[in-house]
Amino acid sequence: MPQPERLRILPLRLEGVVLELGGARLLDDLSFVLERGPCSVILGPNGAGKTLALRVCNGLLKPDAGHVAWAGPDAAQAARGRALVFQRPMLLRRSAWANIDYALRLRRLPKPERDQRIETVLQETRLLPLASRPARQLSGGEQQRLALARAWATDPSVLFLDEPAAALDPGATRALEEAIRAVRASGTKIVMTTHDLGQAERMADEILFMHRGHLLEQTRAASFFTAPETEEARAFLKGEVL
Amino acid sequence: MNDLTLAFATALHLILSFDPDLVEIVLLSLQVSGTAVVLAALVGLPFGAAVGALRFPGRRALVVLLNASMGLPPVVVGLLVYLVLSRSGPLGWLGLLFTPSAMVIAQTLLIAPIIAALTRQAIEDLSEEYDEPLRSMGANFPQRVATLLFEGRLSLATTLLAGFGRAIAEVGAVIIVGGNIAHVTRVMTTAIALETSRGDLPLALGLGLVLVGIAIVVNGCAQWIQEVARRAAT
Repeated sequence: MPQPERLRILPLRLEGVVLELGGARLLDDLSFVLERGPCSVILGPNGAGKTLALRVCNGLLKPDAGHVAWAGPDAAQAARGRALVFQRPMLLRRSAWANIDYALRLRRLPKPERDQRIETVLQETRLLPLASRPARQLSGGEQQRLALARAWATDPSVLFLDEPAAALDPGATRALEEAIRAVRASGTKIVMTTHDLGQAERMADEILFMHRGHLLEQTRAASFFTAPETEEARAFLKGEVL
Repeated sequence: MNDLTLAFATALHLILSFDPDLVEIVLLSLQVSGTAVVLAALVGLPFGAAVGALRFPGRRALVVLLNASMGLPPVVVGLLVYLVLSRSGPLGWLGLLFTPSAMVIAQTLLIAPIIAALTRQAIEDLSEEYDEPLRSMGANFPQRVATLLFEGRLSLATTLLAGFGRAIAEVGAVIIVGGNIAHVTRVMTTAIALETSRGDLPLALGLGLVLVGIAIVVNGCAQWIQEVARRAAT
């Protein structure tokens, strides 16, 4: 895939982010910094606040307190430089090709460039033979790869993935992880959430461990899996109910 | 019994021979209701979509009002349009009363709330699934609404057909503002009412059969569209 000059929007800084919904504090004094480079995996049990953290990072939820700060001159550039793939991929009722084309039209790219990018990302995600198929008729794994390809086609500096393999079988998970590695190899920063320890070990360079709306650890993946610092992380790694 | 059989036979003859009076009435009905659907769609689709996609204070009350307005009594709508278009009314100077235009206005007012309310529901359902992903892709509000309308195009087509069905079967409003004038404002429903009262059952039955035929075609289209929508959604 051609590599135009990527927007410089990292590091991303969250400082003291608080999010309350329905009277419950779901994110509590959440602070972290995401730098360029390593694949950051936000790990934690269900209800830890991983998805909410991603939504806050992407401006889909406004925190009740605290700050979300992207590098770069303005919010518009930050928005153009990031992409988000949801746990349940939202695909439009049109072909796989047209789904990606829709995202690129929003960026006002000329047709020749759109066509070139679409072909490249479909090829990289092994979906090119399915380009003309209705997107919603693809299998779950193919749909998730298509959502990834659509996000990748916009050439983001940062790609957020929310539990991308949560509903996939092992084969589809492997194919998706290969595609994620290809995105990463193209120079895009990957930030993904998961509660799957195996996937976290396979994909992460850096772990952000969350529990009940708090960030308990942010450390190198190797350190986290061999010597977690907190009681909660040790319990989580042992598979205990938190 | 013989009278009824004879009336049916005569009605069928009128239809199959394309009786000029019957054809004229059917075409005017289709023209008035078709125009009303187009105008109501121009207002109802964007309005319903905006209410479905936006969150604002007082929205719940507006939705209740919109849903309630689906049950507007046609005679009341007809009366209001009559008052506005009558010579002493605020728009009396337009001279539209007892013209097909007045009937179009009445039917538009009658079905625009139906189209808006059903569109609101369809777009709100779609919005739950689409809104955040579209926002994350950088779509602004008009782009999101346009996308939701396009994604819901098949169910919205059913909505338009429902509006057309309501318009073409309606009699109360058009008889008040149209006056049921022969060769000018006489449509199927008003003609059926008149011919029945005059005892001319064959023409009334013939028109009734055409009306039922149109209803069947409209419902057939609606069902076909729903099946296409179901296949497209998989």
